[in-house]
This record gives sequence, C-alpha cells and structure tokens, in this order.
Amino acid sequence: MIKVNLVIVGGGPAGLAAAKSAYDAGERDILILEREAELGGILNQCIHNGFGLHTFKEELTGPEYASRYIDEVVKRGITYKLNATVIDVSNNKTVTYVSAQDGLVQVQAKAVILACGCRERPRGAINIAGMRGAGVFSAGTAQKLVNIDGYLPGKEVVILGSGDIGLIMARRMTFEGAHVQAVVELMPFSSGLNRNIVQCLNDFDIPLYFSHTVVNIKGRERVEGVVIAQVDDRLQPIKETERFIPCDTLLLSVGLLPENELAKNAEVQLSPTTGGAVVDENLMTNVEGVFECGNVLHVHDLVDFVSAESENAGVRAADYINGVTPCREKTVISCTNGVRYCVPTVLNRDEVYAPQSFKMRVANVFKKVELAVLADGVKVYGRKRPVVAPGEMENINLTAEQMKMLKQAKSVEITLIKGE
Amino acid sequence: MKDVIIIGGGVIGCGIARELARYQADVAVLEKGNDVSVGTSKANSGIVHGGFDAKPNTLKAKYNVSGNAMFDELSRELDFPFRRNGSMVLCFDEAQIDGLQELYDRGIANGVRDMYIIRGNAELKKLEPYVSDKAVAALVVPNGGIVSPYEMTVAYAENAAVNGVEFRFLSEVSAISKDNGVFTVTCSDGYSEQARVVINAAGVYADIINNMVCEDKLHITARKGDYVLMDKTCGYLADHTLFQLPSKMGKGVLVTPTTHGNILVGPTATDVDDKSDVNTTAEELNEAFTKASITVPSLARRNIITQFSGLRAHLDTDDFVIGESTVEGFYNVAGIESPGLSCAPAIACDIAARVSSKLQLKEKLHFQAKRKGIPQFSKLSNTEREKLIDQNPLYGKIVCRCEVVTEGEIVDSIRRPVGAKDLDGVKRRTRAGMGRCQAGFCTPRIMEIIARELGCDMQDVTKLGGKSNVVIGRTK
Ligand SMILES: Cc1cc2nc3c(=O)[nH]c(=O)nc-3n(C[C@H](O)[C@H](O)[C@H](O)COP(=O)(O)OP(=O)(O)OC[C@H]3O[C@@H](n4cnc5c(N)ncnc54)[C@H](O)[C@@H]3O)c2cc1C
Ligand SMILES: Cc1cc2nc3c(=O)[nH]c(=O)nc-3n(C[C@H](O)[C@H](O)[C@H](O)COP(=O)(O)OP(=O)(O)OC[C@H]3O[C@@H](n4cnc5c(N)ncnc54)[C@H](O)[C@@H]3O)c2cc1C
Repeated sequence: MIKVNLVIVGGGPAGLAAAKSAYDAGERDILILEREAELGGILNQCIHNGFGLHTFKEELTGPEYASRYIDEVVKRGITYKLNATVIDVSNNKTVTYVSAQDGLVQVQAKAVILACGCRERPRGAINIAGMRGAGVFSAGTAQKLVNIDGYLPGKEVVILGSGDIGLIMARRMTFEGAHVQAVVELMPFSSGLNRNIVQCLNDFDIPLYFSHTVVNIKGRERVEGVVIAQVDDRLQPIKETERFIPCDTLLLSVGLLPENELAKNAEVQLSPTTGGAVVDENLMTNVEGVFECGNVLHVHDLVDFVSAESENAGVRAADYINGVTPCREKTVISCTNGVRYCVPTVLNRDEVYAPQSFKMRVANVFKKVELAVLADGVKVYGRKRPVVAPGEMENINLTAEQMKMLKQAKSVEITLIKGE
Repeated sequence: MKDVIIIGGGVIGCGIARELARYQADVAVLEKGNDVSVGTSKANSGIVHGGFDAKPNTLKAKYNVSGNAMFDELSRELDFPFRRNGSMVLCFDEAQIDGLQELYDRGIANGVRDMYIIRGNAELKKLEPYVSDKAVAALVVPNGGIVSPYEMTVAYAENAAVNGVEFRFLSEVSAISKDNGVFTVTCSDGYSEQARVVINAAGVYADIINNMVCEDKLHITARKGDYVLMDKTCGYLADHTLFQLPSKMGKGVLVTPTTHGNILVGPTATDVDDKSDVNTTAEELNEAFTKASITVPSLARRNIITQFSGLRAHLDTDDFVIGESTVEGFYNVAGIESPGLSCAPAIACDIAARVSSKLQLKEKLHFQAKRKGIPQFSKLSNTEREKLIDQNPLYGKIVCRCEVVTEGEIVDSIRRPVGAKDLDGVKRRTRAGMGRCQAGFCTPRIMEIIARELGCDMQDVTKLGGKSNVVIGRTK
C-alpha cells in the first residue's frame, strides 16, 4: 500500500483546479488519477468556443481551456497517472486503481477529492419504446465520434432533449453535412443555455418543438425513423398528435447524471435531487476527508464555475490534511418555493465566517422573482431577477457577515420571492 | 457432405450441436443472424423453471423436470452463470389459495420435489422482505433457478466449435430438398450443402422450415413479451423469482433477479404477425411495470435502465414437437416456447442420442467437455486481478465503466471460437455496454477494439450485423 496525502479522482477541469489550489495552499503530496489517456476530461471533445469567459475573460475552446489548467498542474510538478481507473474508494480513504502499467494499486490517502464528472442519461432511463438497432446515440457519444474519432454517426438526425450537448451537436452535425430535422423537447422550456439555442438552432433554421417527445423508434437494423408526439400538462404523449419523422439517427440529450458509484462505495451520502454528494460549505461529504467538486457534485453548465468550485475544494482538502478538524454540527439548507437545489447542502455550525458562493437551480421558468436567503425567516440576501430558468445555474455570493448570520441561525432557507 | 445440419443457433440448436459433438460426425450449424443467440434465446426471462406449471404428461413437463436437474453440473462444466435462487408463486387473494394447491399437485404429478406452501404475509416477508403487504400465500419451489440465457447459448456454441462443429452465419436456409436419402440445404446467399440428417431448431421460424420438407404442416404464432430491466442498485428487491398466481386479472408478470444482480420484470403477451417484430411498445412496457409493482411496490421507474422483447414460438397444439418427422432423417425441435430454456439441456441430449443411433455414430475419443469462460475482472479478488494484469496488461484497461469490463475481456470475447463480431456480440459475452449508461461511453472504444481485432475499418463495425453499421462515414 502506497501512502499519499491527497488523492484526486479524475483529471478533468474539476480535478485539475483542485490539484492546483491544494498545491498553492501548501500541499505537496498530491496524486491525480485519470482513466483516459489525457488530462482534461470532457473538455477534450468540446472543440467549440465558449469556455473561459468568466475565468480568463476570453473565449476559448474546450481543449484550450483544459490546457491552461494542465499547464498549471505540470508547472507545479504535481504527480498524475493516466489510463488509471479508480475502481474503489473505501470509507477509510483507501483508493484502489488499475492501469496496464502499474497493475492494481492501493493508495492510502489522508484526503480524497472525487472529481469524476458525470455521464449522460441513456435511452433506457427515459424508456423509449421501439426497436433496438444502431443509430441511437447519446449526444456526448456522437460528439466523441465526430470530434475525436472523425466519424459521422448519421445523415438525417432528430435530437431529443434540448440540453447543451444536444444543441451543440445540432450545429456540429450540420457543419459535417448532416441534416438535423428537429430538436424535440419534453418540457415547455429548454434546459440548455439561451445562447446555445440562438447560435446552434436559430442560426441554422433547425426547428425546436417544445412539449414534444419521441414515443417510438423504428427500424430493425438501423433507425429508419422516429414517432414524435405532443405531450399534455402531465407530460403524457397525446396519441392524436403522433407523427413519423424519417431519419437514420436519434441523438439523446436528456440530462446528465453525476457519476457517484465510487462515492457510494465510500458510504458517501447522496442527494436525490442532484445525484451528487451532500456537502458542507467546504465541499466535504459526510465521510470525513472525502470531498466532491465539479460535475460529480452537481451538473454545471459552465466550466468556469466548475473551476472556481474545485479550487475551493482543493484549499479545504489541504486545510483538512493540515489538521483543521471538521465541525460535527450542521444546519441543513432548505430549498423552497421553486428552488430545486442548492450547493452546499448543509452548513457547519462553526465560527468560520468567510465569503461563500452558493450555487442553485430552480425547478421551472419563473419571471420577476427575487432569489432570497433567509436566516430564521429573516432575509439576509436578496437579488431580483427578471427571469430564472432550470437551464441556468444561479450564483449567490455571500459576504463573511452574511455567512455569520446564516451560521448562527437555527434554520437556513433559500427561496424565490415571486411578484413585483 | 455433412452428417448433420442444424438450422438455428439458439439455445436449442447450439445445445444439440454440443451434445452431437461428442460423436465422430461432421456437424454444421446454419444461422441466419450474425451470431449465436440472436433470436428468442437472447430475450426471455432466464428462468430455469421448477416444472410445476406445465400440464402433466406433456413434453414440456417431461423435459422441464429432467432439464432442470441438469443445470448444476452443466453450468459448472461450461462455465456460464446459473443460480438456484428458488421460485415463489404469490397469491394475493385468500379466495384463490386453492390455485396454489393446484399448482402444487401439478408439480407433484410432474415429479417436482421439495415444494411447499406458506401462508400469511409475515411468513412471506421472512423470505422476501420487499414483497407486497397484500400477498397472502405462496408456493415455494426451491429448485427453481436463474440462468444467463445468452451466455449459456454462447457457452454451448464455443464448446461445440472446440469439438469440431462448424458454424456458418448470415446463412438463412431458404430451401431443403431430399434425393436418394440425402438432403440438400440451400441458403438465400446461394450457399448449399448436403447432409444425411437435418435438425430444425429455427425458433419462431421452425414452422417455415418444417413446411419446406414435411407434408404435416406446422403453424407457429409469434407471441411477443416485453420486459423492463432495472439497475443493479435495486437488486436487493427480490431474491427468489416471484410469479403471480394467474387470476381473473390475467396471467401476471414476474419479478426476478438476474444472474448479474439486476431486476427483470415482465413479460407481457401479445400475438404479432411479423416474426421479426421485437418492437416494444409504451403500453406494454407500462403494463409490465405496473403489474410488477403489484408484487414489489417499491420498484421505481427511475431505476429502469433498458427494455427489450422476445418472441414465443407458440404452436397451435400448445406443446413442443420434438423428434424425427414423417420424412426420414428430418428432425423437428419446434414450438419451443417457455419453458424451452429450462428444457434445452434435456432436449439436446435426447436429440443427440436419437440422431447418433440413427446414424450409428461412434463416440469421440477426445471429447473436451469442459469450457472455461472469459475471466470476469469485476468478479475477481484484488490478488487475482493483479495476477491477471501481470499476465496480460489489457486486463488493466477498463473499457466499460459501469460493469467494469476490461479490454482483455473484450479481446478474448472476439478471439474465442464462435467469437463476437459486433457490439451486441461483445455485450452478450462480456456485459460491456449492459450497465446503467448503456454503452454511452464505451461504444467508440469497443468499436476500435472490434475493428482492430477483425482487421476492418471502424465504419464496418455493426451493432448486430447486417446494415446496423454504427457510423456511416468519415467527417469532412
Ligand atoms: C458537450 C458539452 C458541452 C459543453 N459546453 C460548454 C461550454 O460551451 N462552455 C462551458 O463553460 N462549459 C461547457 N461544458 C461543461 C464543462 O465541460 C463541464 O462542466 C466540465 O468539463 C466538468 O468538469 P469535471 O472535471 O467535473 O468533469 P469531467 O470533465 O467529466 O472530468 C471528469 C474526469 O474524471 C475522470 N474519471 C471519472 N471517473 C474516474 C475513475 N473512476 N477513475 C479515474 N478517472 C475518472 C474522467 O475520465 C474525466 O476525465 C460542456 C460540457 C459538455 C459535456
Ligand atoms: C417472453 C419469453 C419469455 C421466456 N421465458 C423463459 C423462461 O423464463 N424460462 C424458460 O425456460 N424458457 C423461457 N422462454 C422460452 C425460451 O426462451 C425458448 O424456449 C428458447 O430460447 C428457444 O430457443 P430456440 O433455440 O428454439 O430459439 P431461438 O433462440 O429463437 O433460435 C432460433 C434461431 O434460428 C434462427 N433461424 C430462424 N430461421 C432460420 C433460417 N431460415 N435459417 C437459419 N437460421 C434460422 C434464428 O435466427 C434464431 O437464432 C421464454 C420465451 C419468451 C419469448
């Protein structure tokens, strides 16, 4: 068994940022484990522009953004292993990984940061009936085939789900000469960024059907078409509105799921809403010394926020290794009135009052609302928003003073105040 | 000229091939698909039935009870997943408890042992904690089991091939004639071969094959059953195979663990006109799930990972047709609907015995009865894993994250006799792509491995043979 102070699982933007900041906080004994052949995570296949506006004030491609962080990690001489898949993290922070080079290795860590990203929801999870031939892809798989491997998945395309990856793939497939017939979205709104709807669909005259879904997939060997239908208020397909669209490819962009198998092994408590861990403001889970950040914690739309969150995790993990003992008393933050979730999920009832950023999402589209944070029912923070939507994560930046009020309160609530 | 041609590479055809491989004979299997186990044998409940359900004195009853008894040894010999988890038939209505007794009596008449009836919800919950509060009694059948049907079929085929049986794929038999005691079997691609004996194991198509040769016509109806497969995280919800006692509400569906720890619910039953119609429908999937919830109310839709359907080969006479037909040398193994999988080992031995005595075949001196399956990385201890990676570094490369399948296993599945040639073939042999992400991540990687191993281009890699190519060309 090898001993390492800080093991980081995943070398995507989250893991890289966490490593960098842990190093800068004084921690030198760090090991990043990454299962792919390169660092950079999902960014490596996102060759479009639009990354880094917040962090670097310029528009970068995914690989460019990743390389900035990779450079930082390399510059600091932080150790990383590639082609190394972590297969287990135990409750007492033993990390087991396998690689062709090293075989099976067990590492005893003082702290572990889980930064394993997320995966896409597959067809089965939304249970579309029909045939099971070739031609049904999750949008991310199609993205990898096109951008990394250089193959075209199909020519006549229907996309189910208006998540960002679906929108971006609509444009990408169009560039590659395929014809995108439609994007079909179950909800009456998109879960993707507004800018992506404009730049990826509107600019190419690709229709977006809200309140529609795919009810059946035809074609024995290869997709020959899909049946779509409008849905009612309860999201149930309306039979009379069914219609057939011939196509050879169906891309699914129906959501991302944090990849928390390792967390489960480690007995980390998960949130049913985010699919990620329940964490405090230090991004520590219920298992002492195990942290989470990035898409494994909750799905972010912008990588800039992943980096910022993960830098926080890196510093806190370094603190923990240096002997800062976690507080046992917690306040659970309650989300009400249309707020779907908030990260952190709990607050330590300690006396550390530092500025803190909260990330939250709403459950529906709301107009003219105020995002509010209440301590024992009293508003300590409020921000008016003309419109909020599930597709855009909201940031709430609290001062040390505001954090003090929250930490001293018995109840903390994040809510939407509606109306003028 | 062959001694024997077997038409169909399902569990029946492959099972017979394996048992015939014990003899000095030239045997070939013709399969119209790209692989073995692409018909009903890949899409069923995977239950090794106890034998209480079939009517006494039918072929179904006879082969079921004798087939069931063979599974322990066979699964060890051929190294495929099998577990005697026991079955339970649940009764939800005091007024229908007699129905359980009836099944019990039928079981006794068929020769099923060790069955018993338990009463009271509390007693049921001791065996199955997550069963509905409304269940009042159950017939417990300890000898019921579960098997991985496609892995069993693959194991049969590999072992047959190792012992000299030839497998020919994409070979759809389109005509059979007989001259001077010799059959000529022709395929739609123009291939033709002669044989002294022909065995019809064509599943739902067995009527068509029979009707090419025999005056006594058969008629098979394809009866579709839809299934829903749940994530392993809810695997704890059932340990026995849980049937519902047929009632005025209909036949009911089952809830069962699979040999890999998922939960399977279904099947529905709908007659379809098209024998290739394995189209699942939203209505039937919903029916399967809703009915299953009667047995285990805590099943949650969000844990569904995939769905599929299979076709029962239902003969009008409601029993199997097994044996030599009126045309000498032409054997039918037709109408093999449920419990056909459970019967397969017994049917295979029986047919092999009859054919060998017909052709007066001699046993081989060096029949290799044992087969070793693909080492499963996910099931090994850490020490075994270390050793395996040491021997072959490809076992240190994890390709399918959800099921923890390594490149070593995938390469093995392709290089073996009767190896995988497409994504579904790799999936059935290794489970790569069968987990909760359903091949999202690993598809491109597995395609690369297939292309490399078979020496073809990525563009030629298919999902299930034919025109099921995964990609259609290169990007600009
Ligand atoms: C198609 C797409 C388009 C996007 N577009 C934009 C955009 O325009 N602008 C923007 O700002 N953001 C965009 N994003 C979001 C951004 O890419 C993500 O938020 C970010 O990559 C998440 O970082 P992460 O490190 O949490 O996860 P990931 O990037 O997924 O990295 C996780 C890493 O962990 C590794 N890993 C996981 N499990 C293990 C294990 N068991 N052992 C070893 N390693 C493991 C993985 O291989 C991976 O490298 C997009 C994302 C996608 C998918
Ligand atoms: C919904 C359902 C649930 C079931 N559950 C169970 C269960 O729990 N337990 C149990 O014991 N049994 C069960 N069964 C029954 C069991 O699955 C079948 O009895 C068994 O799989 C039949 O195997 P087979 O080899 O006869 O058919 P198949 O597996 O269908 O094989 C026939 C093969 O013949 C090939 N073929 C057809 N025509 C031609 C041709 N012209 N030329 C060349 N090849 C051809 C096909 O491609 C196919 O591969 C179930 C069946 C169904 C449908």
